[in-house]
Amino acid sequence: MAKITVDGLSYEVNPDNNLLQECLSQGLDLPYFCWHPCMGSVGACRQCAVKTYRDAEDKNGTLVMACMTPASDGAIVSIEDEQASAFRAGVIESLMTSHPHDCPVCEEGGECHLQDMTQMSGHNYRRYDKLKVTHRNQDLGPFLNHEMNRCITCYRCVRFYDDYAGGTDLAAQASHHHTYFGRFEDGTLESEFSGNLAEVCPTGVFTDKPFSEHYTRKWDLQVAPSVCTGCAVGCNTTPGERYGSLRRVVNRYNSEINGYFLCDRGRFGAHYVNTDNRLRSAKDAAGMTLSTEEAEEKLAAVCAQGAIGIGSPRASVEANFALRCLVGEDNYYSGESAQNHEALQWLLSCLEDEAFSCPTIKEMEGADAVLVLGEDVTNTAPRVALALRQSVRSEATRLAAKARIPSWQDAAVRELAQEAQSPLALFSTGATRLDDVASTTLNADPASLLAAAKAVDVRLAGGSPDYDALIPEASSGASKGETMQAVESVCAALIAAQEPLIVCGSHAGVELMRVAASIARTLSALKSAPCALALLPAEDNSVGHAMLVRPQNTLAAALTKLSDGAASAVIIIENDLTRRAPSAAVTAALQAAEQVVVVDHLNTATTRAATLALPSTSFNEYESSRVNYEGRAQLSFQVSQYPSGTKPVEHWLGVDGALHSASLIARCSAEAAGFASLPKILPDALTRVAGLKVPRQSHRYSGRTAMNANVAVNEGKQAVDENSVMAFSMEGALLQQDASVLASPWAPRWSSNQSITKFQAEVGGELKQEQKGVHLLTRSVQSAVVEPDSHVVSGATDPATKGELGVHFVQQIFGSDELSAHSPAIRERLCDAYVALSPPQAASLGATTGDRLVISGTTTELSLVVRTQTPDTVAMIYPGTSAAGESINALDLPHRITLTRAPDQEAGAASLGLAALIVGDAVFSHARAAEE
Amino acid sequence: MSAHAEQRPLTKNIDLKRGPLALKEYEAAGGYAGPRAIAAGLQPNEVLERIKESGLKGRGGAGFPTGLKWSFVPQGPDSEQQKYLVVNADEMEPGTFKDRLLMEGDPHLLIEGMIIAAYTIQASRAFIFLRGEYLLAEKRLAQAIAEARAAGHLGENVFGTGFAFDIVLHTSAGRYICGEETALLNALEGKRANPRAKPPFPQVSGLWGKPTIVNNVETLCNLPGIIANGVEWYQSLGSGGDFGTKLFGVSGRVKTPGCWELPFGVSIREVIEGYGGGMQEGYRLKAFLPGGGSTDFLTPDHLDTPLTYGAIGELGSRLATGTMILLDDQTCPVGMIGNLMKFFAHESCGFCTPCRDGLPWVDAIFRDLEEGKGAHKDIAILQDHVGYLGPGKTFCALAPGATAPLGSGLKLFADEFETHANSGCPYH
Ligand SMILES: Cc1cc2nc3c(=O)[nH]c(=O)nc-3n(C[C@H](O)[C@H](O)[C@H](O)COP(=O)(O)O)c2cc1C
Ligand code: SF4
Ligand code: SF4
Ligand code: SF4
Ligand code: FES
Repeated sequence: MAKITVDGLSYEVNPDNNLLQECLSQGLDLPYFCWHPCMGSVGACRQCAVKTYRDAEDKNGTLVMACMTPASDGAIVSIEDEQASAFRAGVIESLMTSHPHDCPVCEEGGECHLQDMTQMSGHNYRRYDKLKVTHRNQDLGPFLNHEMNRCITCYRCVRFYDDYAGGTDLAAQASHHHTYFGRFEDGTLESEFSGNLAEVCPTGVFTDKPFSEHYTRKWDLQVAPSVCTGCAVGCNTTPGERYGSLRRVVNRYNSEINGYFLCDRGRFGAHYVNTDNRLRSAKDAAGMTLSTEEAEEKLAAVCAQGAIGIGSPRASVEANFALRCLVGEDNYYSGESAQNHEALQWLLSCLEDEAFSCPTIKEMEGADAVLVLGEDVTNTAPRVALALRQSVRSEATRLAAKARIPSWQDAAVRELAQEAQSPLALFSTGATRLDDVASTTLNADPASLLAAAKAVDVRLAGGSPDYDALIPEASSGASKGETMQAVESVCAALIAAQEPLIVCGSHAGVELMRVAASIARTLSALKSAPCALALLPAEDNSVGHAMLVRPQNTLAAALTKLSDGAASAVIIIENDLTRRAPSAAVTAALQAAEQVVVVDHLNTATTRAATLALPSTSFNEYESSRVNYEGRAQLSFQVSQYPSGTKPVEHWLGVDGALHSASLIARCSAEAAGFASLPKILPDALTRVAGLKVPRQSHRYSGRTAMNANVAVNEGKQAVDENSVMAFSMEGALLQQDASVLASPWAPRWSSNQSITKFQAEVGGELKQEQKGVHLLTRSVQSAVVEPDSHVVSGATDPATKGELGVHFVQQIFGSDELSAHSPAIRERLCDAYVALSPPQAASLGATTGDRLVISGTTTELSLVVRTQTPDTVAMIYPGTSAAGESINALDLPHRITLTRAPDQEAGAASLGLAALIVGDAVFSHARAAEE
Repeated sequence: MSAHAEQRPLTKNIDLKRGPLALKEYEAAGGYAGPRAIAAGLQPNEVLERIKESGLKGRGGAGFPTGLKWSFVPQGPDSEQQKYLVVNADEMEPGTFKDRLLMEGDPHLLIEGMIIAAYTIQASRAFIFLRGEYLLAEKRLAQAIAEARAAGHLGENVFGTGFAFDIVLHTSAGRYICGEETALLNALEGKRANPRAKPPFPQVSGLWGKPTIVNNVETLCNLPGIIANGVEWYQSLGSGGDFGTKLFGVSGRVKTPGCWELPFGVSIREVIEGYGGGMQEGYRLKAFLPGGGSTDFLTPDHLDTPLTYGAIGELGSRLATGTMILLDDQTCPVGMIGNLMKFFAHESCGFCTPCRDGLPWVDAIFRDLEEGKGAHKDIAILQDHVGYLGPGKTFCALAPGATAPLGSGLKLFADEFETHANSGCPYH
């Protein structure tokens, strides 16, 4: 700790930080633009100028940039000094010379950091009367608008997009006051984190394009704290609503998970809730609309008859638990695919195993050696990929400390470190987006990867000197020599590391997950400390659902029960079974069942097969909880009222206590194993000021008396929310500087998202009264599950018949997730089903990128993508998504297939643009060439 | 050595009527004595001590003591072993054409200086960052480097010392900011030519993050003389606290504009009236910038000032590159300053706000003043910018450099600015 004096008052500060950050941490108002808590300082904007004084005698002081000056002990600082204030106002005056002053039509208006800082600086009179510089804007694709004239040249966008997120297609171009931030030419921004530009840019250059289509000012949005449903990471979000429709999703700061950044699936993927594909009314077998009462009667009849239930990883804990209550635990079945179900059982046992710790996203960023096994995290848990990209900078931080360069001196640290990076090893079938920062990449067929991973384990354990015997002589990807080299370097890195991290996931298969755990266990024994192990499930509530299901109650068992006639009725919640099991098994079961009740908010193949389809609410329309990859339960509040006719699953199912979420949570905590601490996610009602609720509307919410005047001219009664600590109202407790139920930060003088600093105990750190959710599982056991046998390499050497290819499924950030794929902006980024083959394999078929291939013995056609890092014996298949029309049920495909070139090639049939999102190299140019 | 050579160690081999000396001729004229002394056992720390003692100051503009700068390079077994020497040959300062003379006239002198510097800081590789338009210099340097390499003066075993050293000649794509040493390093790395924050200084983390010394061409050309003839000799040249000789230049309406090697301490009058031949018929000297475009105006009252860093500094200006730009009585001072402002605004790298957005405003005001569209309030705005763009406020020294002619000009030519604001430019 150091002591500094700012304008005569003394403060205890952290001398490792810069003055700007420490002033903000102390709650002082000091304007800034280019500094960012995650990206450090570069000293470009000159907005944060303050005076520092040598000693008490020094009356003149020196003007310095606070962000470039360490908060060293004894520093005497003045923010209010006349010259410093005048200079800061001068900086605003310069920045505004070419600014278009179009706040009234600018979508940043009302939450604009430039507006805030302009006011704060005191500059209010325009002297500049010369010509302005103007720029041409670019079409950057479906996610972002571009209005370069509003740019203040703070360089934040490129520092985030390129330096932080690894993008390559956005750059600062030209110079002097013509500096331009954009792409080399018009075109969709390639980074899967591009949406963050809307929040990183302090002004209205990059704004949320889907939001533009039904734009609403920040203060007119009804908001509540929510959790992203895009994947198992559980990033915190703030959806905004007006007139019953979801308008946008922005990041909601969480110090342990997403921090300041979301991925584009999360930010732009929630708009499916507004689409026509919603199930909006109850329907009977013939598709006839039923009234709520009729539907409830029919449901009661089914329940009376006795039904089994199939849960869902995309339904909330409450919905799954209500179903389990209704049908009984014996009759409550998993809604996961067989592979995922097995993977989840393993994952749960690892979450209870004291040999491991499950890292938060923040902790992943600090790892100093990472091994990723099989899971393509960019496409399955994108925020993890962004964190791993930061982890490689641990080495830079170390070098900088050695050279006494403060870690916040961003450009200097990068310059010093150059290519020096902490190790990141990627064992994957094909290329991934993280390859550019990987120290080791091993591309091979899945069986060879498994063998290599086992070799790492054996080598680490130091047990078997002949670990190389594990590695098959011939693999279709990396050679044996390359594999051995990769194994050696991974082992050396993991042993040397202080904070090693092993990452795997259910897409990689349970076998690889077991080896991942085994490696972590070996490391924890070596280091006598729990080893960080992140096993990533597929969906937002995969873990919560799995915790409620008995291991033997698999989906296959449920389907068999139905097709055998052992059960005649089934209630399926928020699940499209055709994504979970082979089509034949699903069809047989649903046809055999007399009653198929499907409660869902989306029309799917399964709702269409229902004898009774009941419309449920989407994530933003009710309060519910989900459990992320860490076993962390988080509460997501209701943002909008239910659309008429719809109800949350638990309300339809009408079990005791279901009408009040707190009582359902209490019941779940009492009855379901592992959920004892669940009630801790509820905000403590006693902390509400005098029983006041937290408003979902800002104190400047406008139009309340008029917004429904087209329906009735009298002001409607505010909806009452019995269920929650939040109210559908402008009135209530203002949680100033209390973040326990904070949806949208705001503070006097700070209207933009930068106001979050006012809610942080320390800038970039924890929020005051942060609600971080609760880790449900406690670690107490050594996993009982059998260790993988290190010496048996399953299937690795299965001799394939000539021309046969092993099927490996590819995930796509835009498409593989069922819900977000229906969001209109995401739909513009979808690609059709495709198969990726290595160049020699493609050549042997006489085919090139864009050609149609047929899977022999079927009528299934796929487009070809030629991808350099693909092993020769593997067909990497992306099955497409029903949202884009053509898709195939991956589970219908055999493990090995033969491909031939389709006899007639429809020209330009497939859109493969998205294939480029997996890798940058060969695919991209191929796909482009194919499109041109 | 002839007395003549003793007086002009930088230009003794230069004769504009012929090309530069080839390697053999250069060696015959006593060249490469420095590296030979090294081969004979002179140690890096001995060279460093000698340069420190000599009092040599950097000729790139800032006048920073060269030996001191070198001493910041971390040495010893624990230090980063890869070190770099970078020659700043960007020479884009308005009115400055001294390095060009050295490179075109005697390229081996620079190479010899580089070997001495590189050996002292133990840099195995050097880059010459050459202004793109200097085509003749490029050709002559490339040829000299090839000759030196062929003779084994560069390469794995320089002069048989076991010291490995080679030179890469890089021609700039052309921006004034590339002359700022840290922007130069970024440009050399293929990045945007934005300057870097200091600290860390290039001596510690420079080119590709390695310890790096950036020196001006003329600075390096001083080294062979110091090593060959000793500190005493060097200090005997020059007076007034600055040692050695300096290339002084004059441009503007003198009879014989040019560039001459003269000892420090020579008076301004002697340079302008003696070497420059005095003002052309019908022109009177009104004011001048003593050291290139980024220095404050001086007036004929100052003609008897000796040319040293100290003496010029005392007058509130800077010696900087030592190349004077003269303003005569028939040239519009507002137009002259406006011309400079246009240059600086255009050459701003665009990184920091005051320079990037302040200089174009200044430039626009000058255009209005010249066209008779200016107003009195504009002059106040210009005055504001003198403070607003000053040292410490911007990210590098480009903008503060621009305020030197602006601030001093506003003071010196207040009346003329008034006239312009009232009725446009009277000189057209
Ligand atoms: C805008 C700007 C332009 C500069 N241009 C040059 C240049 O062209 N040549 C040069 O030697 N130094 C130039 N400098 C000075 C260099 O930054 C640096 O101080 C010099 O190269 C150091 O060499 P020295 O110690 O040998 O003088 C420039 C500085 C600034 C701020
Ligand atoms: S586009 Fe936005 S983030 Fe990028 S430099 Fe301009 S103002 Fe800053
Ligand atoms: S999809 Fe996953 S990574 Fe992306 S914002 Fe949502 S939870 Fe985070
Ligand atoms: S003063 Fe700022 S904008 Fe100007 S050249 Fe230097 S860094 Fe670039
Ligand atoms: S925030 Fe300090 S210079 Fe930009």
